[in-house]
Amino acid sequence: MHLTLEFGGGLELLLEKSTKVHKVDCQPTMDGSEGGKATMKGLLSWVKSNLIKERPEMFIKGDSVRPGVLVLINDCDWELCGGLDAELEDKDVVVFISTLHGG
Amino acid sequence: MDGGGGGRREVVAGELERLRAERQELDIRIRLLESELEAGSAAPASPAGEDAAAGVEDGLCGGGSGGACQTRREFVESGALPADMIYRYSRHLLLPDFGVEGQRKLSRSSVLVVGAGGLGSPVALYLAACGVGVLGIVDGDDVELNNLHRQIIHKEAYVGRSKVKSAADACRAINSSIKLVEHHHTLKPSNALEIVRKYDIVVDATDNLPTRYMISDCCVLLNKPLISGAALGLEGQLTVYHHNGSPCYRCLFPNPPPVAACQRCSDSGVLGVVPGVIGCLQALEAIKVATDVGEPLCGRMLLFDALSARIRIVKIRGSSPVCTICGEKSVFTQEEFQKFDYEKFTESPMSDKSTPSLSLLPDSARVTCTEYKRMIDKGEPHLLLDVRPAHHFQITSLPQSLNIPLSVLEEKLPLLEISLKETMDTSAASDEQPSLYVVCRRGNDSQSAVQLLREKGFPSAKDIVGGLQSWAQDVDPDFPAY
Ligand SMILES: [Zn+2]
Repeated sequence: MHLTLEFGGGLELLLEKSTKVHKVDCQPTMDGSEGGKATMKGLLSWVKSNLIKERPEMFIKGDSVRPGVLVLINDCDWELCGGLDAELEDKDVVVFISTLHGG
Repeated sequence: MDGGGGGRREVVAGELERLRAERQELDIRIRLLESELEAGSAAPASPAGEDAAAGVEDGLCGGGSGGACQTRREFVESGALPADMIYRYSRHLLLPDFGVEGQRKLSRSSVLVVGAGGLGSPVALYLAACGVGVLGIVDGDDVELNNLHRQIIHKEAYVGRSKVKSAADACRAINSSIKLVEHHHTLKPSNALEIVRKYDIVVDATDNLPTRYMISDCCVLLNKPLISGAALGLEGQLTVYHHNGSPCYRCLFPNPPPVAACQRCSDSGVLGVVPGVIGCLQALEAIKVATDVGEPLCGRMLLFDALSARIRIVKIRGSSPVCTICGEKSVFTQEEFQKFDYEKFTESPMSDKSTPSLSLLPDSARVTCTEYKRMIDKGEPHLLLDVRPAHHFQITSLPQSLNIPLSVLEEKLPLLEISLKETMDTSAASDEQPSLYVVCRRGNDSQSAVQLLREKGFPSAKDIVGGLQSWAQDVDPDFPAY
């Protein structure tokens, strides 16, 4: 499935060339198969092994994102869509953004 | 002109600057006293006014407080705004959605701006200009030269002086009819309740994580809407917490992020106009909340990416019923708040400036800047390795240092080896391995680098304690600090 993944608030620094927007083609199912349900949980592990280039602990903690990271599925807080169990559809836009504290 | 003439000019210029600052201060005092005379002994008409008047003991309330009180009393009696307000705010009054009612509500509202920095600058300026009744500003810092590129409320003449004083003077110069309250200290759990209590709305314009948790908790305890903004690098974020069912900071971030994830402006940099943009939007949200006009950014968050010129507004969760602070079953009390250690909770300091300093190495693997300087003076052959990121190295560096950023040090060890060999060849003592010194900005990364180097076969590697910051402090005051 085609997904647009965006990283911001400093998370992009963990990725190759600090690129913020990634248009990817992936099967974010738990076993990577075509038939299974594509979930956020599957996507997180896909991102961790395919996009994150350094310090994965700055992105993942346990099986979720680390504290201080907001996850948005089609501009909506993933907490409102089922969190880790949220199901993804083709052409979804998923944003990972680290909260900022500066001023 | 000879050198003596140049010195004289400097003296005169300095004296002029001092006199101008003095005159400015006198003007402000004259304006204050005039408005006091005008207002006579009018009592404040609104609860907000009264509350904030009680805050005067905090220091140097100013800005024609009496005048603001007087105008409020007048329109309460007649139902119309006084003539001077009508003229000053006419462009607001002409807005059908805002009008007299909006302006009236604004003039009766009190807003506390926490932080007179990059965000707080436009917030305070706009709130003063637009005529909020009472504007409080809290900050314990002094103005520094490296603030001015973004903290546009401060002027060069105020460098070294209190930020709150500087900000309040700037606001008074724009609008002497509002009441300004100066809180000259850092907001802490011990004083936050007392200060925040006096205001209707709080604006979080601070620069660090523990303070953000603290302000949010305080606003929940006192039931105040919180206009929260943040900016770093080329990005900004904005939302309204604890208002119309929106979450508090803890609903969204129940656990603090790891320390390594907390970037700060003093480390990562910030493009001046970015906090300016977010600060302007914070002022706008404060006005909307104060006047009950429009839809404030509740349950939504604005994400600003300056580089790609994109603004994204996303829907966020509402107030969580299980939130330990604002949830139904919360048992968090004001007493607990006052004792809560926010720095320990977040493992980060309540300041953008203080850096936790590491201590990774034995003393034998470290030298002070003064010791290093002595070694240079003796002409000892050595290699100086600077492990800062390349864009830091471009800002300034010590002569003849080799830049290999810490992040790529391990893969570039062969380059280091070659450079060490070259150093050895050019030096007379050919059999000894030349010493290897490692420097960074503040002396933390250099320790990590030395640790790595010693593991990878460079036993002579030594860390220069305190980095370039100490070099500038202890050895060469002309070395540019940044
Ligand atoms: Zn909450």
